[in-house]
Amino acid sequence: MNSLSSSMRTLIAGIACIAILLVAGTVMPKWLTFLITMSAANGLVSLGIVSLMRTGVVSFGQGMVFALGGYTAALSFGNLGITDAVLLALGGGLVALLVALPFALLIARYRGIFFAMLSLALSMVLYGLLMKSQTMGGSDGFNMGRVSIFGVRPTDSWSGYASYAVTVTLGGLVGMAMRIYFDSTRGLVALASRDNEIRVEYLGSSVQNLIAANYLIAAFTGGMGGALAVMALGHVEPEFSFWTTSGDFVFVAILAGHHSVIAAFIASTVLEIVRSFSSSYFPNSWQLSLGLFLLAVIRFLPRGIGSIWEAKRKKGEQA
Amino acid sequence: MNLIFTILIDGLTYASWLFIVALGLTLVFGVLKILNVAHGSFYALGAYAAATLVGWFASMQLAPELSLIAMLLAAVAVAALIAPLCERGLLRVFYGRDEVLLVLVTFALFLIMEDATKLIWGVNPLYVSEPYMLFGIVEMGPQSYVGYDFMLVAVAAIVGYVVWWGLNRTRIGKIVLAVIHSEEIASSMGVNVSRIYTLAFATGIFLASLGGALTAPMISVQPGVSVGVVIVSFAVVIIGGLGSIPGAAIGALIVGIARSAAVHVWPVAELFSIYVVMAVVLMFRPEGLFQRIQARKI
Repeated sequence: MNSLSSSMRTLIAGIACIAILLVAGTVMPKWLTFLITMSAANGLVSLGIVSLMRTGVVSFGQGMVFALGGYTAALSFGNLGITDAVLLALGGGLVALLVALPFALLIARYRGIFFAMLSLALSMVLYGLLMKSQTMGGSDGFNMGRVSIFGVRPTDSWSGYASYAVTVTLGGLVGMAMRIYFDSTRGLVALASRDNEIRVEYLGSSVQNLIAANYLIAAFTGGMGGALAVMALGHVEPEFSFWTTSGDFVFVAILAGHHSVIAAFIASTVLEIVRSFSSSYFPNSWQLSLGLFLLAVIRFLPRGIGSIWEAKRKKGEQA
Repeated sequence: MNLIFTILIDGLTYASWLFIVALGLTLVFGVLKILNVAHGSFYALGAYAAATLVGWFASMQLAPELSLIAMLLAAVAVAALIAPLCERGLLRVFYGRDEVLLVLVTFALFLIMEDATKLIWGVNPLYVSEPYMLFGIVEMGPQSYVGYDFMLVAVAAIVGYVVWWGLNRTRIGKIVLAVIHSEEIASSMGVNVSRIYTLAFATGIFLASLGGALTAPMISVQPGVSVGVVIVSFAVVIIGGLGSIPGAAIGALIVGIARSAAVHVWPVAELFSIYVVMAVVLMFRPEGLFQRIQARKI
């Protein structure tokens, strides 16, 4: 009964958030809708890392699924004539999931730095392939045209909002699904395996299967995030799969912490704001600002933004 | 036959400087248990410092041979000034945290150093061509090679031997090995672990900046040189086994020859051949080729 009410609460809160964002988007300046679109798309990739973090592992190669999703959307648009944003986003997620599938059980055998390094190696293999592939545009990548929503192609003035609407809606829906998954028995067992893997195994659950499942979920959300980001940017390039891109996603996941879903989106927005303002006001030292910000977060908020309201919630329960 | 010989020579040259850099990375990991993402930034710092010092030496009309001393001084300066600052001022704050979190701390350091080098040296490329022709041209059959490349191979062999000898044949080296084995027991036996950490980090950074200083004459020193180097160094230490000196040597050779073979036989594979090797080694020997598999601690 409790879990049902918890799921209902998640659904109501999620739908309300999406509705507020959709309405607010109509009056927002264009730069802000773009910033939130990119934050939500990138947040989806980091949300995948958060789901892996709940099992105690961190992927340094989510750039791979981000690029797979992005290239799938751009190629489907250009070569297959699929222009619907929702189909492209789902297609991006699905292709990323299918590519990750053969690696899932293999990578789930690894822990700590080895998990991070194997995922990084896979993403760098894709980066190398994309850089040298002339059919994929080589190091320059290629552009993608304007997408449609349920058969309607938005006008110039509404194209930014259309991309924003699709991204926040899909981001919100995936966020709700992830919250429900995190609160499910399987989700809680994953969290327990973070604390003590052997104890969880002894109680009859397979930690390897849990990590493999979360790796595939992370691949799907990452691919979807990549497709949505490419639709907003109108361009895809091999840098999507480069290790520094993956580093940004890990940064957002660490900033968010492994407790909260919404924190992943907030952390992603914080990163986009810091990045945008640093590159505007300190064009030659925005990475320096970002690095200092990252250090401050790790120093003062090592368990992430999500830990703030997690602590408040626990305090409330005790009271 | 000529092709195989060319692949081997090119691979060996590439492996030599890469070994020096990766040796620093594996030493830092072995002692401090930190996979230093900023290692490539220290490599870049060494290259920039060497370019500056060699330029000064040239402007003072000193003998061209002294540019080699300038390169060594550049590496020493980076290790003596910047490494203790980073270890004592930054890394020390985060010791004991999760290893992935520590990787992220060094990722932040990498971002900071990327811009710091741009602010100090600007974005225009620097060239240090003087030392490159000091060792002349070596004729080997129909092929000609630059003598500097062979000097690099010799330096890498000497550096590898000195580090091995320092670790296994000296008192301080044995103390470092004791800290690697168990920091707590070493500390209880009166070892100043904190000082060993600083020493090991500075030595690792010296090797990174030495690698940068030695390669400066072969490349254009410009923003972005660190990004590629760190990831290739990761591949080397992962292939050889984190914390292993022979592993770093074999890893560098494998990476050097894989890259060289790709460049000469199948250029399309140049960028990803290294990571394919890294992924394959991780799949079959996750601890690397030269590390023993460790029992899982409960």
